Amino acid sequence: MKLDFEHRQSAHCESGVTSSLLSKISNNKITEPLAFGIGAGLFFCYIPLIKINNGPAIAFRTFPGLIFKRTCNALGIPVRRKKFGSKEKAEEFLNDVLQSGQPAGCQVGVYYLSYFPREYRFHFNAHNLIVFGKEDDRYLISDPVMETVTSLSSYELERVRFAKGALAPRGQIYYPESNAEITDDRIAKATVKGIKNNVNQMLRIPGNFAGVKGIRYTGLKIKKWRDKMGLQRAGSYLAQLVRMQEEIGTGGGGFRYIYAAFLQEAYAYVPKDELLEISKLFTQAGDLWRDAAVQASGIYKGRLGSQEDFDRMGDYLLEIAELEKTAFKALKNIKW
Amino acid sequence: MKKENVPQDMGALGKITKEVCYATDSSGKYVKELSNGWKVKTDALNVAWKDVDERIAQAKQKVLNGEASPLLFFMEYRLMDLSILSDYTGFWKWQIKRHLKPEVFKRLSEKKLQKYAEAFNVKVEDIKTMTVNEA
Repeated sequence: MKLDFEHRQSAHCESGVTSSLLSKISNNKITEPLAFGIGAGLFFCYIPLIKINNGPAIAFRTFPGLIFKRTCNALGIPVRRKKFGSKEKAEEFLNDVLQSGQPAGCQVGVYYLSYFPREYRFHFNAHNLIVFGKEDDRYLISDPVMETVTSLSSYELERVRFAKGALAPRGQIYYPESNAEITDDRIAKATVKGIKNNVNQMLRIPGNFAGVKGIRYTGLKIKKWRDKMGLQRAGSYLAQLVRMQEEIGTGGGGFRYIYAAFLQEAYAYVPKDELLEISKLFTQAGDLWRDAAVQASGIYKGRLGSQEDFDRMGDYLLEIAELEKTAFKALKNIKW
Repeated sequence: MKKENVPQDMGALGKITKEVCYATDSSGKYVKELSNGWKVKTDALNVAWKDVDERIAQAKQKVLNGEASPLLFFMEYRLMDLSILSDYTGFWKWQIKRHLKPEVFKRLSEKKLQKYAEAFNVKVEDIKTMTVNEA
């Protein structure tokens, strides 16, 4: 069985899945940037006490699952989401959903995801894909980061749906439960809501570790990394920062470019001139993140390594923090 | 980032799939552009794998010196820490710590070894000999 479903490649898995699952009822209007922005996807967070793969825990996007949830909420679409204790029940449920004609979003781990290149397989459990059919023992998969559709055997799919470790998916499956068409007016309202959400997330979140303050905090920390942990380890830490920022799924520049694209697209629904101006600020922020990545690579490739080089690296983040603060304050001040 | 500046440095991923980047065209409008990869981030990925390889080599030496059981080698090889391995096998962390001692490992039942073999996706006999059959 193969459902009528059009694969679309996107930059980021969750906003891509969201956009694809909503493609029919939104008449293809909910593009990836719109899903990312309405879902208030842009974030920054550095948790110094936790380590991931022996490196720093840094995120440039909001908590997994939130983008789909918030986007559907803001658009007034009811969501069905289910986790499972039993592998058999999880597969049964998936088969039933497919039988009913509904493509299903699944959260999976990438470590045992067979079509991913080996170099990309870490224990990362918040990847998302869409199952849109089954032929013999193979499930048809639309993975938003891949150029074309692919497939997994039922064992392979079960293994990644029940990957273990942090954020274990526990067979999680989700899809929109509505066939009502999404109107432009609804998109406009959802867009404003998403922007407000993201402003709060970046400017008003308490503590030092997250939001715009988190970027500044990280910049100050980086300046101390060289003395604190030695050149080699500090280099590995910077490499991890760059991977979280630029790796597949980000659209480049730590998701800042996707957000800039979102603000341009938002203008079509909410014609405020400020949006186009502020979009440029996020483009600048993305460019600065990429300049910082080049500086970081100089360090982890061993070309740079003095304290001045680390200071310069830290200063990039301080500059970005100021820029993003200006940008989000400008968003906050728009009279809707 | 401008469309023409989207990097096209072939990397591990580029051989399998191109990735979507968002970039601006000549009028400043955002468009999707495909990229083969970017050297800066390929290098970052290589740094991560070099660190992993070092940890694997250290673990292997420890096993050969009789300071740890082969489970340590496979934990590093599969990038698993105690909590991930605990989740995959159903053993408690303190149990795994015991199993990491060579003398305890030698007495492990076939059933327990089988659980480790499944978690590491290898055969039981390969665990004992630290053999990996992957390219």
